[in-house]
Amino acid sequence: MARMNMIQAINSALDNMMERDDNVVMMGEDIGYFGGVFRATAGLQEKYGKTRVFDTPISECGIIGAAVGMGAYGLRPVPEIQFADYIYPGIDQLISEAARLRYRSAGEFIAPMTVRSPFGGGIFGGQTHSQSPESMFTHVSGIKTVIPSTPYDAKGLLIASIEDNDPVIFFEPKRIYNGPFDGYYDKPVQPWSKHDAGEVPDDYYRIELGKANIVREGADLTVLAYGTMVHVALGVIKEHGIDAEVIDLRTLVPLDIETIEKSIEKTGRCLIVHEATRTSGFGAELSALVQERCFYHLEAPIERVTGFDTPYPHSLEWAYFPGPVRIGEALDKIMKD
Amino acid sequence: MSGESAKSNLPPLSLHVPEPRSRPGDPVDFSDVVIPEAGKQPRPAENADPKDMTNLSYDLVRVLNEGGEAVGPWDPKLSEKQLLKMLRDMALTRAFDERLYRAQRQGKTSFYMKCRGEEATSIAPAMALDSEDMVFPSYRQQGILISRGYPLVEMVNQIYSNKGDKLKGRQLPIMYCSRRLNFFTISGNLATQYPQAVGWAMASAIKGDSRIAAVWCGEGSTAESDFHAAMTFGTVYNAPCIFNVVNNQWAISSFSGFAGAERTTFAARAIGYGMAGLRVDGNDALAVYAATQWAAHRARTNQGPTLIEHFTYRAEGHSTSDDPSAYRSADEAVEWPLGDPIERLKRHMIGLGIWDEERHVAMDEELANEVKAATKQAEKNGILGHGLHQPFETMFEDVFEELPWHLREQSEQAIREREIKWPE
Repeated sequence: MARMNMIQAINSALDNMMERDDNVVMMGEDIGYFGGVFRATAGLQEKYGKTRVFDTPISECGIIGAAVGMGAYGLRPVPEIQFADYIYPGIDQLISEAARLRYRSAGEFIAPMTVRSPFGGGIFGGQTHSQSPESMFTHVSGIKTVIPSTPYDAKGLLIASIEDNDPVIFFEPKRIYNGPFDGYYDKPVQPWSKHDAGEVPDDYYRIELGKANIVREGADLTVLAYGTMVHVALGVIKEHGIDAEVIDLRTLVPLDIETIEKSIEKTGRCLIVHEATRTSGFGAELSALVQERCFYHLEAPIERVTGFDTPYPHSLEWAYFPGPVRIGEALDKIMKD
Repeated sequence: MSGESAKSNLPPLSLHVPEPRSRPGDPVDFSDVVIPEAGKQPRPAENADPKDMTNLSYDLVRVLNEGGEAVGPWDPKLSEKQLLKMLRDMALTRAFDERLYRAQRQGKTSFYMKCRGEEATSIAPAMALDSEDMVFPSYRQQGILISRGYPLVEMVNQIYSNKGDKLKGRQLPIMYCSRRLNFFTISGNLATQYPQAVGWAMASAIKGDSRIAAVWCGEGSTAESDFHAAMTFGTVYNAPCIFNVVNNQWAISSFSGFAGAERTTFAARAIGYGMAGLRVDGNDALAVYAATQWAAHRARTNQGPTLIEHFTYRAEGHSTSDDPSAYRSADEAVEWPLGDPIERLKRHMIGLGIWDEERHVAMDEELANEVKAATKQAEKNGILGHGLHQPFETMFEDVFEELPWHLREQSEQAIREREIKWPE
């Protein structure tokens, strides 16, 4: 066991997997010699050699396209896209190719790749270093979408993603790389070393995809969240003294519908929180599922707290971010009904 | 503004929109097509520095001359057996195209695409490559499957989406796939196979393997960003990969000028990337074979990738959904100055005394019968028709390795609907 922040946990997962499986290779912009702009791949090229961890040209289409070809050969590539905001040039390769390879070849070719990419806001990243494009992938059949919220989960989920034979988008909430963030941007952030989930085994372990985590049990309300927003939501419900059940979804596709249903049947109320813009965001899917499957248990309309339907602003970041005030209002509204 | 007066003497800017030299009703004009004499193109060493062979990106490697003789340094000097296989496979590809095109017209399937006139650009490379080398084709390289011995009946099963279809009726006709024959699954999205082929070749190099990759796209698809990505990755990592651009002059209704052909050749794209580039007479099967062999040796000895432009002509419509008489002169295919690849190889073999017109006629008849027998056999598995050849649950399989709950629920729904829509 060691104390790790999320970057170190990701680095540890990659290290474990490269050690265990010679077919695991990593590539991306600045990930080789330099070790990545967030240091997630630090030391790995030195340890495993340049043909297993290497820098690439600045071409997301090339990175993901080459990874598809490597997967077809029989490797298990783990490409990095430096920011989720820059995944779009590679999206044809993800949607039309990686996601469809198994289906269109009736299983003859597969794309066992894991695309790692830092995502989410809260860091004054402006329009192109803050986006949360998860719903662009959850809408695509054939791709799994995974988002961890702690160092412990990041490592276990990343290992499970790399071992998965389906293409996985692994979004890393960069706001919480160094510590959980409760939404109060003006207060210092607690480091992961002060948090239980900062305890991370050095050795290999897995957290199965498709399984949510109930991070707080409660009776009055179910909060569905993932990534940074798990911590923001936890902070707000504590402040409001509500006995809420907080579910960290961890995997968006495939979704752990059973855990969600069971919780709503118990609480009768549902709040969905994500950073991504509202319209057609993943919250809409969650809301529809809860409405369809738990309608007779609901005691109040389902609420969604999300980013606004605008590009992510720079100076107005804390007006945009779905923080304690917006979540608090939604909580008050939903508990009043 | 001071700038305004300075500009007032300039003529207004004008936008250049490329236009082909002849349209429907016009006489054919191929005066811009320069055909150098066969045998005159130098054959550099297989480890040549790309900088020292840029002339070959603008030239045209040709082996078969007007008299049907194989001349010059690029003559691959194939054996009689190889020549016979080459001719036969090209003729079989054409026979297959003819019959399956008609099958589409008869309503047995929804769609078909011929490769008439371009048979050499798939058969000859397939013969020059090792059977272990992975090919990443576009949709017009059916000749590779035929050359590698894929059963015709399997091809027809796929085209008919019937119960024998290995792809379970999921794919549009002609989007074949055969892992056994190292033939990568064809995608409808153009040029995506280009960076994939590079990745496959990089993987082969990472593992210290000896296999190489070869990839095809049309000249129109070179405009896609994937082409640029693949060329960059190909040279950066010195990937053992052959990039084939089949320049058949047309991308559906758009002539090659819309892909940039007015200013340069497609082989010359290689120069900017620091890659070896060869421009080849795509209707000369021996030249195509020789170029592929050259590039394959180069790749296999870690000398890096090669871009080969196959200069040819799409003799028919783009697909069964296309009518070329709506956008190009009807006589173009007949007057194409590089002729027909099968006729040219046939003439060469007759000149060698290993072939004659009688045997050719007999072969064509035999191949037509072979294709007919394959289609008849495939028809026993059904034709597209109502499309209900596969169990409904198969529609949901292979999206993921395992069926998640939401697909399981949807699968149950489809099976329930079947009983209502098609009661048996």
